[in-house]
Amino acid sequence: MESMLFEKPVYRIAGDKGLLVEFGEGIDPKVNAKVRAMAKTLEKNSPHGVKEMVPTYRSLLFIYDPAVTNPDKLCELIDTVNHSLEKIEIDPWKVVEIPVCYGNKFGPDIENVQKAHGLTLEEVISLHSTPEYLIYMVGFTPGFAFLGGLDEKLHTPRLSTPRTLVPEGSVGIANNQTGMYPIASPGGWQLIGKTPLKLFAPHRANPFLYKAGDKIKFKPVSEKEYERLAQRENNG
Amino acid sequence: MSAIKILAPGGFTTIQDNGRFGYQQMGIPVCGVLDSFAFKGANILVGNDDNQAVLEITVMGPSLEFTKEMVIALTGAKMGMTLNDKPIEQWKSIRVSPGDILTISQIQSGCRSYLAFTGGLKVPEVMGSFSTYVSGKIGGFMGRPLQKGDILETNKARVLKRPRSFPRQMLPQYSSNPVIRLILGPQDDHFDQGILALTESNYLVTAKADRMGYRLQGPPVPLISGMPESIVSEPSMPGSIQIPPDEQPIILLVEQTVGGYAKIATVISTDLSRVAQTTPGDTITFEKTDLKTAHHLYMEEKNKIIKLKNCF
Repeated sequence: MESMLFEKPVYRIAGDKGLLVEFGEGIDPKVNAKVRAMAKTLEKNSPHGVKEMVPTYRSLLFIYDPAVTNPDKLCELIDTVNHSLEKIEIDPWKVVEIPVCYGNKFGPDIENVQKAHGLTLEEVISLHSTPEYLIYMVGFTPGFAFLGGLDEKLHTPRLSTPRTLVPEGSVGIANNQTGMYPIASPGGWQLIGKTPLKLFAPHRANPFLYKAGDKIKFKPVSEKEYERLAQRENNG
Repeated sequence: MSAIKILAPGGFTTIQDNGRFGYQQMGIPVCGVLDSFAFKGANILVGNDDNQAVLEITVMGPSLEFTKEMVIALTGAKMGMTLNDKPIEQWKSIRVSPGDILTISQIQSGCRSYLAFTGGLKVPEVMGSFSTYVSGKIGGFMGRPLQKGDILETNKARVLKRPRSFPRQMLPQYSSNPVIRLILGPQDDHFDQGILALTESNYLVTAKADRMGYRLQGPPVPLISGMPESIVSEPSMPGSIQIPPDEQPIILLVEQTVGGYAKIATVISTDLSRVAQTTPGDTITFEKTDLKTAHHLYMEEKNKIIKLKNCF
């Protein structure tokens, strides 16, 4: 899909408590940056009656209390902010390093990825752990990050039969996407490795390690290092 | 101090409150009760403020033993209920003593009922809420539905002396073929004939109906020919009607945050409880309404809760 930034936001009604605002077309870092800049600017003003804002690839959902506000008032506010946004810079992103033990029992499908592209194990690891991946959005399950920027040489179709349970911490590839499973869930991604970090820890002061707009950098670690880090996570 | 012992858990019984807000952007769905009016009513009947944690009971009721003096009330779906084998009524406060055994049986109408206790259920607050998010394994009682042998605690509170009930005309009726009102959008522009199909036919509630969503079966809802099968993933709302490639609508409920299929319409917030009170085999008919009417109905429901509170 061709990507572009809209001159004026597109407003869509999502029921009597939701207003969905689109800032552009397609999956594009520029469009996504606009979504985040908008969310950040509006968060500072905490608009009256807005209970929650949910930023995604190209759109921002406003969940509002109809007793306090309505889409007309919100659109007016968003148009005003949008007008002044050109001058606003978004924060430089934070790069979050995620240690991953690739292959073996942690990444049982890494051979599928190698075979699909005629790559060695080392080449797959290097291609996967070199880029800094932009987190376009978080959702689907707690802390599940939708990442952009997977090297084309690693694009691999999903498993023909999904697993009924993918272990928590698994790192996988599905077509042009790569991602991590913060909680155990069913899934059809090709598993290439696993991180010892707890990506979702509901009782930790900050339950998540990253948010939309941050970047993820995978760091290959040995099995021994994996076990050491896993131990540390479990202790604290 | 322990207050309630679960002798049998029922079909699917979880601890719920109003919901978990502020974490959807991290993939944590709002969760919480599906029938907010019945939930608030139950809390008011036992003298709680209206967001104390209760049991949400689905289709088949639990059996429990009290180990503490308290007042309870069951609202929502109609289910047979006995206290020490004697039939008792719903939508009324009931005083119970240590050793009493409450048995809630099967649904007669509706799908979900709400059991409130003096003081509310005492469970750790997780990310600002007591509600159970089963697939995320957080909240409620150890992040899961209740099991036999679980021991629940309640918060300290004054036990009501005078019995409470609401005037009969204030109680909701649960229909097995409700007319559910919707507002078109966010992606109604992806559909033409599909809108007619959706609003002029009956849809069957299938067995795939849970807190995540209700899958319906009926006349197909096609996209305009040439429209892509999926959209760039975006947030969903409770009530979003999503159309996957099989063209059969799914009403998304409270355990979903994002989706990649076009959403033809959204069920208005005041009718969500009526969706959640249908069971597999029931039929739903959709009717188009507008935002202004939906907001008016929302305010009306808010006032109804105030009226419930003002009964005492």
